[in-house]
Amino acid sequence: MNADLVIIVTAILVSAASALLGTFLVLRRMALLSDAIAHAVLPGIVLAYWLTGGERASLPALLGASAAGLLTVSLVEWLSRTGKVKNDAAIGIVFPALFSLGVLAVSLYFRNVHLDMDAVLYGEIAYAPFNTHPVGGLEVPESWLVMGSLFLLNLGFVLLFYKELKLATFDAGLAAALGFAPGALHYALMALVSITSVGAFQSVGAILIVAFLIVPPATAFLLTRRLPVMIGLALGVGVVSSLVGYGLAIWLDASIAGMMATVAGLCFALAFLFAPQEGYLSRWLRRKRERLEVAARLLVAHLAHHDRAVPEPEALEEFGWNPRFLQQVKDRAVQQGWLEVVAEGLRPTPAGLAISRGRLVPEG
Amino acid sequence: MLELLHQVFTDYTLRNVALGSALLGVVGGVLGAFAMLRRQSLLGDVLAHAALPGICLAFILTGSKQPLLLLLGGGLAGWLASLAVLAVLRHTRLPEDSALGVMLSSFFGFGVALLTFIQHSNNANQAGLDQFIFGQAATIVASDVLAFVGLGGVALFTVGLFYKEFKLLSFDPDYAQSLGLPVRGLGTLLTSLTVLAVMVGLQTVGVVLMAAMLIAPAAAARQWTDRLSALIGLAALFGALAGVSGALLSATRDNLPTGPLVILCISAILLVSLFLAPLRGLVWAWLRDRQNRRRIYLERLLLDAHLLHNHAVLTPQTLAQHRRESLSAAERELRMLQAWGWLEASSTGYALTPTGHAKAHELEAAMRVGAKAPGGP
Repeated sequence: MNADLVIIVTAILVSAASALLGTFLVLRRMALLSDAIAHAVLPGIVLAYWLTGGERASLPALLGASAAGLLTVSLVEWLSRTGKVKNDAAIGIVFPALFSLGVLAVSLYFRNVHLDMDAVLYGEIAYAPFNTHPVGGLEVPESWLVMGSLFLLNLGFVLLFYKELKLATFDAGLAAALGFAPGALHYALMALVSITSVGAFQSVGAILIVAFLIVPPATAFLLTRRLPVMIGLALGVGVVSSLVGYGLAIWLDASIAGMMATVAGLCFALAFLFAPQEGYLSRWLRRKRERLEVAARLLVAHLAHHDRAVPEPEALEEFGWNPRFLQQVKDRAVQQGWLEVVAEGLRPTPAGLAISRGRLVPEG
Repeated sequence: MLELLHQVFTDYTLRNVALGSALLGVVGGVLGAFAMLRRQSLLGDVLAHAALPGICLAFILTGSKQPLLLLLGGGLAGWLASLAVLAVLRHTRLPEDSALGVMLSSFFGFGVALLTFIQHSNNANQAGLDQFIFGQAATIVASDVLAFVGLGGVALFTVGLFYKEFKLLSFDPDYAQSLGLPVRGLGTLLTSLTVLAVMVGLQTVGVVLMAAMLIAPAAAARQWTDRLSALIGLAALFGALAGVSGALLSATRDNLPTGPLVILCISAILLVSLFLAPLRGLVWAWLRDRQNRRRIYLERLLLDAHLLHNHAVLTPQTLAQHRRESLSAAERELRMLQAWGWLEASSTGYALTPTGHAKAHELEAAMRVGAKAPGGP
């Protein structure tokens, strides 16, 4: 089978499975908890490899590894419940400790076996085409099987519990009052994040999973305020960063997972700057346009009180504007047909007189 | 152990390792204390992860592996990432944790991409760049220690200079603002100093685990004291202790990354502090709790006995009926009260001793006062 295709489909499955869960993580403010989980499954994975004798880990062992993720969540929650440590500090304490255990075990016992430091950091998505598994006479890449079933699992979870997830995310109190057990939903979500992290570990490594879980949904968050749209956009951003990231990685001969995370980060930067409603530059442009609009109306309304044309220096003094701003305002007003520039100065047109008699804000 | 201590003072490598990691612990502890108080613990995590692309870019642009140069590159990238987080928080409605997560993972992803790009470019000089990921204390040489002293010295000196302002900023930023202090500028300054701490730690613990060196010492110190000055001192001490012991442990064997060992040491210190610190320790709290439960149980038992003694007869049977428990439990409880000297055996069963009476009356009086307190008659 074509190696490029295997890798790209694997990447798309990873990003789709992650984006489905990540949307809810971002909305429920648990982005960093997922970071902690992704780090902390490492000791679980090491243990799983050890139990299975250093060979490719079996399904029960991997499920055990995802229990490490749930352990992290419980530890963090226990630590912050004792009140001795703030919640964010609790996250920052638990995951480095667990991750350290994992790294230490890898460097002591698993050097150059199936698990090494590079795999922990970057994953081995480039090796995905070499690990195949016969299904019904066809050699199917193992990563397709793993990530495909995780994607279906997550998709099923989101579709089945969409209403409950939506309610528990936006109004946990109401969800509890209606008997929807938001606590159970919380742990189910955490369990899925753990399993997805373990499954994606082989492809993208322990740390970069977070880039797939958080960055595409966060990008989508900047672009919309509707949940279904956000899920769709998150999937889209994930797929785009998988494709572009793979292309760049091949071109530059760099880590595929790293490049995908980089491209996802670039998507976020673009959304931050250019999102139609809330982008930084879009808002700046809109504010600038609105300021000109108001100033133009103000100028015309002022001119309407004079029965002669007003020379520009007089208008400048009246409003305290600098000449360049007056020029912009003048252009704007002329463009709208409210103002004409004559030899003696500025004079409102009939249309300008009409709006100055009316209101300063547009109709409607 | 003693031999190791002896080597610290005589062995060149070991001395540098110990000095470097002690410095890291001190600087990380001091700045982490402020970060914890300002609830910005995880900003340090982002800063540290984001240093990786800076290190790689510094290497790509200059082609040199001069540690100070790489550290400067790393610090600059971390600083940019923290500014990016602050900009996202100020201009969008994205929750804080997502903003942190986005910057952390995109910068780190970019760093991983650059690192592999360098590794695959067949540059003979590139070996060892990946030591910055988990730290490798054995590579610290005397000139590095000097650089650490410089970086850490600047950070600590600035903290000393602005101690009063930072203290106010950490505990009551609104008041600081009302006094006319440049709150935003001071906050940025403190974050920039955290960047210096991260730079000191890059070689020892590496980018991935550096966060714990900023968070854990301060969190451990917090359990022992309520005073800022003591908190800072203790955090520095704990950090230094963990740094030195972790680095020394990793120097005992080849190929043992320093970062994880340092982090496990500081985690152990934190665990001990959480459980055993005087007053706040969980063990003491648990013991106090148990003692209180026991006292309340005994007092209620005495009051029940007192009631039965005054209005009926006090025998195991009546007590069992009154408290709805088994006969054997009632017998055990009566013997317990007897052992406390509050009961004595009498002809009809049991009777309260004078001390038992006095104690019961005292409890009743306390309960009446308690019941009256919230606006009773």
